[in-house]
Amino acid sequence: MINKVIELSEQNLYACYQCGKCSAGCPSVKLMDIMPNQVIRYLQIGKPDKVLQCKTIWICASCYTCSVRCPRGIDLTRVMEAIRLIQLRKNIDYIKVREISEDVLVSVPQIALVAEFRKHTA
Amino acid sequence: MKIFYYPGCTLKTQARNFECSAMEVMKLLGYELVELNRWNCCGTVYSLASDDLIHKVAPIRNLVRVKEQGGDKVVTLCAMCYNTLKQANVFFNSDQEARDKINSFMDTEIDYEGDVEVLHLLTVLRDEVGFDNISKKVVRKLNHIKVAPYYGCLLLRPSTVAIDDAENPSIMEELLHALGVETIDFPYRNECCGTYNTVSAVDLVIDRTYRIVGLARNLGADVIVTSCPLCQFNLEVRQKDVKERFPEFEQLPVIYFTQLMGVALGVPTERLGFELNHIKPKVLMEL
Repeated sequence: MINKVIELSEQNLYACYQCGKCSAGCPSVKLMDIMPNQVIRYLQIGKPDKVLQCKTIWICASCYTCSVRCPRGIDLTRVMEAIRLIQLRKNIDYIKVREISEDVLVSVPQIALVAEFRKHTA
Repeated sequence: MKIFYYPGCTLKTQARNFECSAMEVMKLLGYELVELNRWNCCGTVYSLASDDLIHKVAPIRNLVRVKEQGGDKVVTLCAMCYNTLKQANVFFNSDQEARDKINSFMDTEIDYEGDVEVLHLLTVLRDEVGFDNISKKVVRKLNHIKVAPYYGCLLLRPSTVAIDDAENPSIMEELLHALGVETIDFPYRNECCGTYNTVSAVDLVIDRTYRIVGLARNLGADVIVTSCPLCQFNLEVRQKDVKERFPEFEQLPVIYFTQLMGVALGVPTERLGFELNHIKPKVLMEL
């Protein structure tokens, strides 16, 4: 699967030397089940299931903090997007749209809803 | 002077206070924001996959509208719109093959040449209006107020679209100092607010809001100033959820930088849309 991720993300995942700077700076790492640097590591060592099933890729909201800090120039934001798309293109939604409460629907700004649907639904 | 203005969806609904305050302020500074005709959704989030060209048509189509209406630059207020339009524009100019494909997707529009400049209002205020000139128009003294400037992500990252240094930005501080207010040194100013996770992972946003707003308050801020309607929502409206979880949490108003400008420049406060702010910035409204 690593080649598919490299193709979709246009990032050289073999350049990563696991310094962990991405995980150290990630504002949402607290809620992730595997750390951002581990996403790359699992792909490098041929364990794609670990990343396809993790929560991490869905929590990443493309804030680009890791991308601007990576000493190897890897845009991890694009890597996360590539893995999300590999899942979403199997036509599986990550969220259940019908279960979004009315409270949320009427209160959040449109940009939140559109972004959520773009990132978390097929 | 007239500048084309791209509003985007949220500026017409929840963030009407951002739009109306920006209009008032720009009028006062001698500029008219002319809303683009027939604008459409910017796409909201920029598509990051190499094979995903179709989602770049929406932002590029808006730039075609600017050309059709005789302009060569467009200003946005919403940081998400800014980021998406600008990234699409940068991409369009970097890849000839993709450029031809995107143009052929749009059959009723003129071909886009990649020659529209996407600006954020903050850079227009800095580069065209000039912070010195803004400073000269200040009529209300606000030197008793401490402000936490909050940039969020989308004005600063990725580096191809950044309006300032990603790690150590200063544009908002410079504007705020020109308005005569004091700013706090705010380490969380460029941290993510949790963004669209506010729809189905509210816990994440509650955690972010608790930390970001809590730190601003601990550092002595009276108000947080931002430029993104989603940051504004997460940092302000989600404070209610934070309070339920952490009863000791004290609320703090979160307003748009244009609202603060409006107060400083003497726009009557009733024209700055504070009725849409859930936590009223009393410190600014009772001057």
